[in-house]
Amino acid sequence: MTEPVLVVRDLATHFATRAGVAKAVDGVSFALDRGEVLGLVGESCSGKSVTGFSLLGLVDPPGRIVGGSVRLNGRELVGLPPRELRRVRGREIAMVFQDPATTLNPVLRIGEQMRLAVVAHERVSARAARARAADVLRRVGLPEPEARLDAYPHQFSGGMRQRVAIAVALLHGPAVIIADEPTTALDVSVQAGILAEMRSLVAESGTALVWISHDLAVVSALSDRLAVMYAGRIVEEGPTALVLTAPRHPYTAGLLASLPSQAEPGVPLRPIPGQAPSLLRIPEGCAFQPRCPRAVPATCRVAPEPTGGPLRRARCHFPLTLDPAEAA
Amino acid sequence: MLGFLIQRLFGAALVMLVMSALVFVGVYAVGNPIDVLLSPDATQDIRAATIARYGLDQPLWRQYATFLGNLLSGDFGRSFVFGMPVLQLILSRLPATLELTLAAVLAATCIGVPLGIYAGYRPASPVAKAVMAVSVIGFSVPTFWIGLILILVFSVELGWLPAGGRGATVSVGGVEWSVLTLNGLSHLVLPALNLSLFKLALMIRLARAGTRETMGTDTIKFARAAGLSEWTILRRHVLKLISIPIVTVFGLEFGSTLAFAVVTETIFSWPGLGKLIIDSITSLDRPVMVAYLVLIALVFVTINLLVDLAYAALDPRLGRGAPA
Repeated sequence: MTEPVLVVRDLATHFATRAGVAKAVDGVSFALDRGEVLGLVGESCSGKSVTGFSLLGLVDPPGRIVGGSVRLNGRELVGLPPRELRRVRGREIAMVFQDPATTLNPVLRIGEQMRLAVVAHERVSARAARARAADVLRRVGLPEPEARLDAYPHQFSGGMRQRVAIAVALLHGPAVIIADEPTTALDVSVQAGILAEMRSLVAESGTALVWISHDLAVVSALSDRLAVMYAGRIVEEGPTALVLTAPRHPYTAGLLASLPSQAEPGVPLRPIPGQAPSLLRIPEGCAFQPRCPRAVPATCRVAPEPTGGPLRRARCHFPLTLDPAEAA
Repeated sequence: MLGFLIQRLFGAALVMLVMSALVFVGVYAVGNPIDVLLSPDATQDIRAATIARYGLDQPLWRQYATFLGNLLSGDFGRSFVFGMPVLQLILSRLPATLELTLAAVLAATCIGVPLGIYAGYRPASPVAKAVMAVSVIGFSVPTFWIGLILILVFSVELGWLPAGGRGATVSVGGVEWSVLTLNGLSHLVLPALNLSLFKLALMIRLARAGTRETMGTDTIKFARAAGLSEWTILRRHVLKLISIPIVTVFGLEFGSTLAFAVVTETIFSWPGLGKLIIDSITSLDRPVMVAYLVLIALVFVTINLLVDLAYAALDPRLGRGAPA
């Protein structure tokens, strides 16, 4: 087993607002092997997007990374000067955003936007940058890439735009790509195409992928491992198949039970009672306790530490199941 | 594209027709030029002859028709006061105003936009706050006062720059230009500065507002995620994104300054169009007033057309000039 390409330890990103400190990310840890796909799942406001932005050091003020460590290829990114962080972004770690309609600059040609992304890291001629851009566009499945370079974003469909954004992320062959709900804004049929494309691209280039989504169905189709986030923390993590079939954390179980595709026909869906807490007022102890069917108030007043091995962990005092490997 | 142009040209012609009628009637209402042209003790015969010579005995609609007819053949009429063709008179004054206006508007844009972008990029920095303070001054202090202060400081006290006039000119293409001589340039600096202060403030505000809005968008975040330097992001992404309102205001300011740099031209005795129109109004030189206002309308219509064309070039979503 080689060294993981990305190691995140106790990452904490807080937003100092007038109403108080919002702990959007509060002690997130995970590791990512080369070529591995990690699905980061959670409801909105669970801190999953902020986690993604924190990895690149792109947290907007008033947000700030207040602690923890992000090691990419053995190099610490937290606390790196902006100039050096810029050299890492796009080259070693890249990101794809949710809405391709807003990420690409509407008034610049695709070719120019990609050229800027190429020359941000390498001194190459405009011609070489263009050839590179066309090459990557071809890899993400865009027909006639040469001609497409002279087009503007509005001349593409949503799915095509997202392919362009993915191509921008792939330009320098980064070790890690963070994908922040990249298919949420797209039609279901287009989603499937992009998911398949992403899978093969990642597999052939050995790029590790963090796929952020609120959609368990999408993530489970793609990821090797799942990490479930709740109120700024990863509450459960493990191999995708195990997490889906034998969830340990009651929150994961709740998410699965509220998933239409998992339900028996005719049986009503069971949504998780209550609402995700505001990040300004995260409950003391176990954040999920107020909504948890298994909670024992006295015990859950203390925040549970992750239990289990490095590959299969949950933060719960009363986990649901032990997976067979561990029980044996 | 061609259809768009034809449509716009047709609209422009209509605007010009309406404008010319309004101007003609308006100027007609201002006063009777005969009272100014002739001394009160002129005989009845001379009076009648003069009125007939200028066609002032005709009804208004006929005077307008004659004016329009002449206009179509390029004849704007003769000035009552200068006794020369109006078009020639205006064209002889145009270069002075043109170079003054260009200097003022270009300086305001080239200095104001970068300052505004900086102020929008780092709104909390002391430099940004200083820039915004300057823009408040540019907005609120009247032009004539700043002009007088400029003269007082740079001409009277320091003696660095001349207080008025156009200075030495060079003839290029049959037109006299001040910008091409050092002496002419030194005469240009103060009036151009005076004219540009308000525009500078405007450009700073526009660029700042646009930049602040743009910096928060996903487009900029995505560019940062791709590792672009802040300088490249500002220069390539932000500048292009905020350019549409800037081009609009550039056009409008250029037009209005060309037409109405009256105050500055008067203070600095700049022999341009603004001075010409003020003199014509006081002497009720009707042909000059009418021709001037019609030409100004033409300038505005042309500028608006150019601005619209620039939009199509700047924002491909407006679609007209974009490749399929």
